[in-house]
Amino acid sequence: MRDYMILQNGPSRSFAEGDAFLAGASDAADVLVLLGGSGEQLPEDASKAAILVELDTECLGVHTGEMSGREGSQVLGFARYRNGNDAPTNLIELVRQPASDPEAISAATLMFEAAGFSVVVCADQPGRIIDRLVRPKYNAALRFLDEGLATAEAMDMTCRMGLGYPDGPIERVERGGLARHCDISRAIFDMTGLPSYMPARRAVVARAREDRQ
Amino acid sequence: MTTSIKVVAVCGAGGTMGAGIALVAARAGFRTLCYDTQDASLAGARKRAERFFSKSVERGKMTAEDRESALANLVDTTDLGALAEADLVIEAIFESLEAKQTLFAKLDAVCAPQAIFASNTSTLSITEIASGCGREDRVVGMHFCLPAEMMKLIEMSRGINTSDATFETAWGFTLAAGQKPVETQDKPGFILNALLVPFNNDVIRAIEAGLTTPAEIDTAIKVGLGYKMGPCELLDLIGLDTQVRLCEAFYPVTLDPRASAPPLLRRMVAAGRLGKKSGGGFYNYEQQ
Ligand SMILES: NC(=O)c1ccc[n+]([C@@H]2O[C@H](COP(=O)([O-])OP(=O)(O)OC[C@H]3O[C@@H](n4cnc5c(N)ncnc54)[C@H](O)[C@@H]3O)[C@@H](O)[C@H]2O)c1
Repeated sequence: MRDYMILQNGPSRSFAEGDAFLAGASDAADVLVLLGGSGEQLPEDASKAAILVELDTECLGVHTGEMSGREGSQVLGFARYRNGNDAPTNLIELVRQPASDPEAISAATLMFEAAGFSVVVCADQPGRIIDRLVRPKYNAALRFLDEGLATAEAMDMTCRMGLGYPDGPIERVERGGLARHCDISRAIFDMTGLPSYMPARRAVVARAREDRQ
Repeated sequence: MTTSIKVVAVCGAGGTMGAGIALVAARAGFRTLCYDTQDASLAGARKRAERFFSKSVERGKMTAEDRESALANLVDTTDLGALAEADLVIEAIFESLEAKQTLFAKLDAVCAPQAIFASNTSTLSITEIASGCGREDRVVGMHFCLPAEMMKLIEMSRGINTSDATFETAWGFTLAAGQKPVETQDKPGFILNALLVPFNNDVIRAIEAGLTTPAEIDTAIKVGLGYKMGPCELLDLIGLDTQVRLCEAFYPVTLDPRASAPPLLRRMVAAGRLGKKSGGGFYNYEQQ
């Protein structure tokens, strides 16, 4: 079991109040977890084996700065995967930079695994792994719905029965919140310019309606 | 569920999909004409049918009596003329617009006027397959999943000229056969492949962009989304050459960049890394 300490800089999307991970933290440890981002300034503390910044839709580079592709230190990013506003899953996406310290990566991996999570490591790219891959699919499914390809039920059933998924794209994106989908898609679109991340009409509508309230 | 269909013919019944579709029809009690150009393929399919129904009996899914009557429902033929008695012809020959059009035109001369033609195509347009066959209003899309005898889902689509009565009769048949139809439009990839093919391409592009490894992506998708199989495992199973063919069928029609074959995919195919069947794709299988 690897000790960790927590600094709460803002609301955490990974660990809600009462989460066992919060209770497991020590007062002092050489892995520092920054929840809700890095605060006003990223703590510089060479004595830490790893400093882990909780990310929302932004890249780790926003917190650390970047250096012509040579950036990287013991500061890593992470997020616990959630389908929009759905409850968090057991997956931690750990974000590294080109020159990240391998020991920081293994310290972070061990710490999260000891806390019961599955950990995957990825580069500091828009949407990390899952959002990068699923958001274009949800945009396509929402567009198909508008275009009359099939009903929402037919699309969801096709994915459940034909692909063995636990749920289909429409029920899933709606459960996670269409407005949140709009925000995530737009954030990735801003960084990639790829049309597949342009939020689908239904997501833009949901965002606008939430903003009216 | 009652249906006016009594005799079903499967074209390409010696093939992967055709053999499975014949099992579905025979199991549900339809007299099933298994038509293929290759005798040897039909013989192979017959063996597969015997194995499958015997397994079903072992698993308590059917009685020994049911097995015998299901097997008796299967009638092999290499004579197209034998399809004259079919009420419904399900075409599952190889994926070629020309071959399917030629087959339907020949069938039109053989079959009764009210007989319905269904195509199991994955990538072609139902309207185009029906075009020129002489009974464009009596053609539907009936896309089974692999393996057809295990998978209940069928994507049903109408061509532009498909009549309501044809669609309803074909739909009724799928229900009577114990399947689960969903309605979709005659568009490239229907629902399943329209969602899956670009998604798998996005996965390949992410790997090419240095996001992470295939194994990390598969773990993320399985843990984070609850899929039983990761996309790289699935691609290795489908075959990377098949993925290229799917892209080449969809991209020129839709011009959706996500449907175009990623450069890494083409390089892997050129390198002989086709997936499980070649001993390696995103993963290595040689030692196993
Ligand atoms: N393999 C899949 O996963 C899958 C899934 C859904 C749909 N499909 C579609 O099903 C169709 C068949 O695919 P498959 O993988 O089963 O192919 P296959 O090559 O395994 O089988 C094709 C069969 O058709 C026979 N055949 C060829 N020309 C014929 C003709 N003119 N008349 C009668 N028989 C003929 C061949 O001898 C062979 O037995 C294709 O349209 C494909 O797109 C395939």
